[in-house]
Amino acid sequence: MTPALPPASSDPRAAWLMRLGDATLILGCRMTEWLSRAPTLEEDIALANLGLDLIGQTRALYARACEIEGGTRDETALAFRRAEPDYRNPLIVEQPNGNFADTMVRHLLFAAWATPLYERLVASSDMETAGVATRSAREMAYHLRHAGEWTIRLGDGTAESHAKAQDALYDLWPYVPELFEADDLDREAAASGFGVDPSTLRADFDAAVDAVLARATLKKPAELRGQRGGRSGRHSEHLGHILAELQFLQRAYPDARW
Amino acid sequence: MSAPPVDAVHSPSLDGRSSERPVDRVGRPPGSDPGGVRLQAARAAAARVADPEIPVLSIDDLGILHDIAIDENGRVLVTILPTYSGCPATGVIALGVVTELAKDGFPDARVRLGNTPAWSTGRMSEAAREKLRACGISPPGRASGKRALFAPSPGVDCPRCGSGDTERISEFGSTACKAHWRCRACREPFDHFKCV
Ligand SMILES: [Zn+2]
Repeated sequence: MTPALPPASSDPRAAWLMRLGDATLILGCRMTEWLSRAPTLEEDIALANLGLDLIGQTRALYARACEIEGGTRDETALAFRRAEPDYRNPLIVEQPNGNFADTMVRHLLFAAWATPLYERLVASSDMETAGVATRSAREMAYHLRHAGEWTIRLGDGTAESHAKAQDALYDLWPYVPELFEADDLDREAAASGFGVDPSTLRADFDAAVDAVLARATLKKPAELRGQRGGRSGRHSEHLGHILAELQFLQRAYPDARW
Repeated sequence: MSAPPVDAVHSPSLDGRSSERPVDRVGRPPGSDPGGVRLQAARAAAARVADPEIPVLSIDDLGILHDIAIDENGRVLVTILPTYSGCPATGVIALGVVTELAKDGFPDARVRLGNTPAWSTGRMSEAAREKLRACGISPPGRASGKRALFAPSPGVDCPRCGSGDTERISEFGSTACKAHWRCRACREPFDHFKCV
């Protein structure tokens, strides 16, 4: 038995949006760790832009969640004033950047999940959420293409780049099943027409990933039971380190302003 | 600018909420604003604000300036549509709108970030496309929307010599809205405004 954790929000619609925002925030933080460290200047700019998109999406998702909650918190409070168990991101986004192949394969897997998710969320019964999803879906299609093109170049590149991309796939695949596991919150959000049931995204994910792996001459790993827990607040050891970096200033100097 | 206008972004006037219902709006019978003169003046002031990353374009050219309303206390509410989710210019634009309105006698204007309709390059005016080309940025293609994951890039003409013999260097350029291209005819690199 694992202990019950506090709900992310008392309103299920807000909790559902916050969970999606947690995923984009944590992956956005990971992407910013690449700044000034990417292999080329163009790629440094690309990774910065990917991170910027994700953090921007986070702000919009959090802001809408806070409005739905009734305005007692704002997006800044959600990002800077919550502890690890309050975050409900899937474990894959908190995994370390590793080498460039690790980051690109992680981004391929995430974007192949997030792109169809946003595309379906365009039909949300909530107009504001639908608007955020419309903008985000277009952005995420760029992410999917960028990560896909790099995965193909690495997989179909040198023996070393192929080996690193294949290792990245084996290392990250255990985090794939969690992305598609619907819980009561997902089912409720989908049934009401507000959100999306992630289990409906698997076919689109497989189609996009399979197309890339075939051209990259990479093998799709066998699906093991996998690692899970992040979407219900139980995280790997990595999240605390990300939050320490992210939240230090606001916790040391609450309400600090420029 | 030495310090980013973070203060403005997080001030209550920019909180993205629209709890106060505006009463005067273009096309609606004006109450304390006969002929909608004040509303038009407010719109003209806001439309002067340039995009900080592409100063040849105003936020009106770009279709970012969406709606202006004046409430019963005479306070202006401006709705702008962010281009990209993480566009760092959004906060600067909001600050610019408040500043320009204050200059023209509208103190305490509020700016709201709207999500509906979602901004797209289809909102850009024809004049805006020409201004982009004139300053060396290739304008976005007209067919906004989906293309296959690895479909070839749509044709992009060089904004300097007009040649179609161009190639993409990076899908991510100097700002969130631009990609980095180069012309094989005149050998010049250029920015291409992405089509979304
Ligand atoms: Zn040229």
